[in-house]
Amino acid sequence: MRGIEAPPRRNGELVFAAPWEGRVFAMAIALQQRLAVPWDDFRHRLIAEIERDPQRPYYESWLAALEALTADLPGDQSS
Amino acid sequence: MTGPHPHDAPPSAIEQRVATLEALLTDKGLVNAEFLDAIVRSYENDIGPRNGARVVARAWTDPEYQQRLLAEGTPAIAELGFGGPEGQHVVVVENRPSVHNVIVCTLCSCYPWALLGLPPVWYKSPPYRARMVREPRAVLREMGLELADDVEIRVWDSSAEIRYLVLPQRPAGTEDLDEEQLTALVTRDGMVGVAAL
Repeated sequence: MRGIEAPPRRNGELVFAAPWEGRVFAMAIALQQRLAVPWDDFRHRLIAEIERDPQRPYYESWLAALEALTADLPGDQSS
Repeated sequence: MTGPHPHDAPPSAIEQRVATLEALLTDKGLVNAEFLDAIVRSYENDIGPRNGARVVARAWTDPEYQQRLLAEGTPAIAELGFGGPEGQHVVVVENRPSVHNVIVCTLCSCYPWALLGLPPVWYKSPPYRARMVREPRAVLREMGLELADDVEIRVWDSSAEIRYLVLPQRPAGTEDLDEEQLTALVTRDGMVGVAAL
């Protein structure tokens, strides 16, 4: 697992509670840019995942949405 | 590096899922590790509430800027070098003595990242998302902000296209402060609308 833990911000909050959260967040951003799709596409999946399990930790819903999006990607994307 | 590190332990189930996903997307040529690192770093280090605070301080000290900011947030924040992904508009809503604004995303966690960084855990929580639109005065009171009964509360539900930011009222007694000093007064919670400055 890559990534170092960042220090908390001055107000004591961590941006990402664990490195995997940052990874998941970054993958969604990167994928949306790479695929040039509207953020709304990901957002709809995120909303559905949150509704599926509202008490699940937030970034787990995010991961599930990203996995669903990935599963729906057409064929081979390698350039 | 010395000493034990959390990630010397075997990866958890979720860490495995994330690693698998990253490997898959990398194999497909859709992401690469360096780019992901850069995104994480920028949100951990560079993009945060200080951006929004600069916008607020500029608005307080420059009435014409404030007019532009309230009329069209996206180009106005771009003047200061801030902006989000294409298609994401920022709308700035002004607090006044008779009107208090507060932002929420009822469905997920839409938030003005470019100006505030990533949202705190409570902003993403089911209670905040559900209750802020239904009973804002009570939720704000619980969060420590008591508003007089004659103050109108406007709750702004963010979406993928529109991210709201609250322009807090300038605190009394700050007339002699410069923009830099004013920036230091502006808090994330004030720009979300859950706290006074």
